[in-house]
Amino acid sequence: MAKPLLEVSGLKKHFTITGGVFSRKIGSVQAVNDLSFTVMEGEILGIVGESGCGKSTTGKAILRLIEPTAGKITFEDHDITDISDEEMRKLRRDMQIIFQDPYASLNPRHTVEKIISEPLLIHSELSAEKRKERVHELLEVVGLSAYHASRYPHQFSGGQRQRIGIARALANNPKLIICDEPVSALDVSVQSQILNLMSRLRDEFNLTYIFIAHDLSVVKHISDRVGVMYLGNMVELTNKDTLYEKPKHPYTQALLSAVPSLDPDVKKDRIILQGDVPNPASPPSGCVFHTRCPKAMDICKQIKPDFLEAEDHHFVACHLYD
Amino acid sequence: MSEMILNIKELHTHFFTDEGEIPAVDGVSLHVNKGEVVGIVGESGCGKSVTSLSIMQLVPDPPGKIVSGDIYFKKENLVKVKNKRMKEIRGNEIAMIFQEPMTSLNPLFTIGNQLREAIRIHKKISKKLAHQKSIELLKIVGLPRAEEVMAEYPHQLSGGMRQRVMIAMAMSCEPELLIADEPTTALDVTIQAQILELMQKLNEEKNTAILLITHDLGVVAEMCDRVIVMYAGQVVEQGTVRDVLKDPQHPYTKGLIRSLPKLDEKNQALYSISGTVPRPKMGRVGCRFAPRCEFAFKKCFEQNPSLYSFQNERRSRCFLHDQLEGDAFKNGKATIGS
Repeated sequence: MAKPLLEVSGLKKHFTITGGVFSRKIGSVQAVNDLSFTVMEGEILGIVGESGCGKSTTGKAILRLIEPTAGKITFEDHDITDISDEEMRKLRRDMQIIFQDPYASLNPRHTVEKIISEPLLIHSELSAEKRKERVHELLEVVGLSAYHASRYPHQFSGGQRQRIGIARALANNPKLIICDEPVSALDVSVQSQILNLMSRLRDEFNLTYIFIAHDLSVVKHISDRVGVMYLGNMVELTNKDTLYEKPKHPYTQALLSAVPSLDPDVKKDRIILQGDVPNPASPPSGCVFHTRCPKAMDICKQIKPDFLEAEDHHFVACHLYD
Repeated sequence: MSEMILNIKELHTHFFTDEGEIPAVDGVSLHVNKGEVVGIVGESGCGKSVTSLSIMQLVPDPPGKIVSGDIYFKKENLVKVKNKRMKEIRGNEIAMIFQEPMTSLNPLFTIGNQLREAIRIHKKISKKLAHQKSIELLKIVGLPRAEEVMAEYPHQLSGGMRQRVMIAMAMSCEPELLIADEPTTALDVTIQAQILELMQKLNEEKNTAILLITHDLGVVAEMCDRVIVMYAGQVVEQGTVRDVLKDPQHPYTKGLIRSLPKLDEKNQALYSISGTVPRPKMGRVGCRFAPRCEFAFKKCFEQNPSLYSFQNERRSRCFLHDQLEGDAFKNGKATIGS
């Protein structure tokens, strides 16, 4: 039985909106609202949702790249919510992140060697020569060549840059990698190369991923379990086959039915949601989805549903399953 | 045989930059029939957007220029047509919607102002009538609170609503051809479903032909009658959506379809096309796809394959279809299918 590597409970992140002459607080954007989940060792947890649902904020809050407003994060039995920056910095050796935009996440003035060896310089005590060796080894691991080390980021294509980002994340043999939309900026033919690379690396180095993306098919392909977020809340979480075959939450059902199918003969019963996602600065009362939900009941407007285990390992936040 | 509304013949659009001449569109021929929805798919840099800009005569010049080729819109050749006449066609007979609805609306004017302007440029009607027509259009595209939206500015609307405004504007003069350049790429899936449904409705009700440019094969399967696959400035395959998606002929199309993760598929390693899309450059010899193609043989690197035609208006640019290489094709097909 795998043991939990990361436990998140009651995670909240509210961004303050200030205004007026004295920049007083006039409101807050509830980007992430009371999120709880567990990531097992060696698994890939996918998080999907539309723009503005708080999935990236969740990723960054776990690494404390942005400070959570409330909640508790436990990584390998260490409570990391209240530790000092210095201790957190040491822990980041085991927790790494890969960003969406391979054009913005690499310093254009540094060579690839410098980019990849920086985490080694900070966290390890390797000699300069050993570091160089390690960089060359990492480049080979992600499918580039040792001679690429002396080049600059602009000399690479998007897919190759994402490989550099992955090599940098791997440098210190981390346990957990948070992947924030790692393939959404890439073309289809390159996207599949990167997805295959990431699956291979997971098996090879026994990594754990939190894979954040908006593309449902990509998340299904790579993940073991998938969580669906809507407006800062996790609405459903279970293993991927159950989620994609028997979704329980009306939002998950609508989301899945909206994905265009590649087969022109398949005519789906599409659930078309009306309207837009509400403003996260003033979320609806009760269930956040009730404004667009085709199955909304009276209770949904008043009471926020709890995130409960409706079936074995199948968590859902919806009054239909109370 | 239905009537052709758009017919592009051997279009070459090149860009003249400091790094030399770049053939972004390199001999593209395609046609759209009346009331038909045709998709152009391809990855970034394959020339699909430049093709659409060429139709509208909107290629930035300099550095871009239509070097040769003809674009027939009904009986007129748009390449040779005078600027004044082109202005009449643009928006009136051919309309276009773009990927990013934020940058295609002017942030300084209200939605109503911009819609009225678009209508009054092409139709000689009073401001009041134009105002009424604008509200009607906004209702047709399914915008709630149409009257209020007229007085609002683009930043007050969400992405999906802005794209609806763009579609309303494009439909204002009931064009015969609508060019949609990645209309849903910037939108979330649930909003994308709304917009695609709207475009389908317009196609059915007004019989507007749509040229849909996208990188998403799922959107093509959903929307189009026919599809054209582009790679490095050339058409590599075309045919009906069912034929192309169910039985792709060109190795690139095959690879593209196989490398997509699918919702209804159990986990396996994804197929991937090695390497990356080449940059277009002048005087390239051989098949553009040969360096990444698993079936490439000597001839692929030495000669340019032509578009081979099959029954049912299918075309594929690959030497594997050559009679002489027939055996190689059969073998190739056997391995791809497995």
